[in-house]
Amino acid sequence: MTQFLFNFLALLHITGIIADVIVILCYFVFILLFIIINVMFIVWLERRMSAFFQERLGPNRVGPFGLLQSVVDAVKLLGKEVIRPTATDKWVFLLAPAICFVPALLLYPILPFGKGLVLVNLNIGLLYFVAISSTTTISIIMAGWGSNNKYSLLGGMRTVAQMISYEIPLIFSMIGIIMLVGSLNLVDIVNAQARLWFIHVQPLAFMIFLIASIAELNRAPFDLPEAEQELVAGYHTEYSGMQFAFFYLAEYANLFSLSILGVTLFLGGYQGPFFPSWIWFIGKVYAMIMVYMWIRWTLPRIRMDKMMKLNWKFLIPLSLFNILATGFMIKAWPTIQQWMR
Amino acid sequence: MIILFYLFSAILLAFALGTVISTNLIHSALLMMGSFFAVAGLYLLLQADYLAMVQILVYVGAIAILLVFGVMLTRKGSIEESNLPNRYKTIGLVTALGLFGLLARSITYTRFPSPPLESPPQNIIAIAQAFLLQYIVAFEALGILLLIAILGAILIGKEPK
Repeated sequence: MTQFLFNFLALLHITGIIADVIVILCYFVFILLFIIINVMFIVWLERRMSAFFQERLGPNRVGPFGLLQSVVDAVKLLGKEVIRPTATDKWVFLLAPAICFVPALLLYPILPFGKGLVLVNLNIGLLYFVAISSTTTISIIMAGWGSNNKYSLLGGMRTVAQMISYEIPLIFSMIGIIMLVGSLNLVDIVNAQARLWFIHVQPLAFMIFLIASIAELNRAPFDLPEAEQELVAGYHTEYSGMQFAFFYLAEYANLFSLSILGVTLFLGGYQGPFFPSWIWFIGKVYAMIMVYMWIRWTLPRIRMDKMMKLNWKFLIPLSLFNILATGFMIKAWPTIQQWMR
Repeated sequence: MIILFYLFSAILLAFALGTVISTNLIHSALLMMGSFFAVAGLYLLLQADYLAMVQILVYVGAIAILLVFGVMLTRKGSIEESNLPNRYKTIGLVTALGLFGLLARSITYTRFPSPPLESPPQNIIAIAQAFLLQYIVAFEALGILLLIAILGAILIGKEPK
């Protein structure tokens, strides 16, 4: 696709650095549109799914099946007044929603959407993903602090404590796959699963990835940062209008990108028979998102200390064991195969 | 390339200056995160992509966040005046100028004999081989040292029974 864009620009006699800039702008617009359309669909899907789980109807009035409800909500949020409480830390408060969206946007260029459909094929793609997504905490700490409100501050602190600790098992669960493939390139990882998806060889790592990613996304049963009964709405209590919409958008953009990563690492990425690769990809990603929704609307919130105990005393030792077992199997597998014969 | 180098350097210096000048400790910490990002950009220009990512992951994602966290949990009194400049202005000036002179002199007097190396396309593999084959003993010793440091920190932080 990149080559096509460059050829098209060359036809218009645009080359060199200007062509580079135009191509990068095209990427940016493409990613932004992709995120916004998908997030609107996911929000609608989440509301319909939660209604299904709770035996309600959910939004069904605007458009067919209520599909346009999210669009209408977005327009409403755009029109709302942006309120800044007087006692806030002005710049920190105003910049937090914008900074929140930056890592969410930066994650998309490296993700493989289909065969040959990857904007930037990065050698260290997985490491890039992990590094950029770890900076999401900055904006949350800024929002929590800048709001100058005890509920926001508590929510922000809880989020950071949770995200920093659950990042460890999340990264450790990926190491087994890196050892099997021998590469951090996401396209290489997908191609290595042509015959066997990695969920079959790394089931333990997939479970750890699923649990830790729910905690990273601050979704139930790990939604302590936004526990409504205790903290109003956590770190975004004081935000209104478009600023609130940015937090909301970033949250669902992160859900989407982590589902894509899960599919890429464990479920064979865009691989599959008969249909074109991007149909398989979209299907798998939405299946993964449905699992997240299923878990969110089924399980109740767990207590803070139990959540920390689960991470440090259970998930991290388990993920370390998984790395050890994977290393042992990689070395021992040829010998075992010889015995079997 | 040279334009990008000056751009990242300017951003780095601006953020670093802001970190020092700001009297609000939280603002200082947040500005410091910005300077860490600029350092990662400089690493990228040196074709050290692995190092740049680790810089973001470790310094921005963990160390700086823990720093802000620590400030929030332990700070007493007004946050607006939590990072005031100290009184030793002349001594500070002399030390800073002396250190700057020393570093500048040592950099200009060093002759860099080898031509700039072309880095391998996959420098993560070269790093892995160096860590896990060539310098394995030092690497393991470092791991044990860090483990002891963590245990020591827990022991100090724990309240005596």
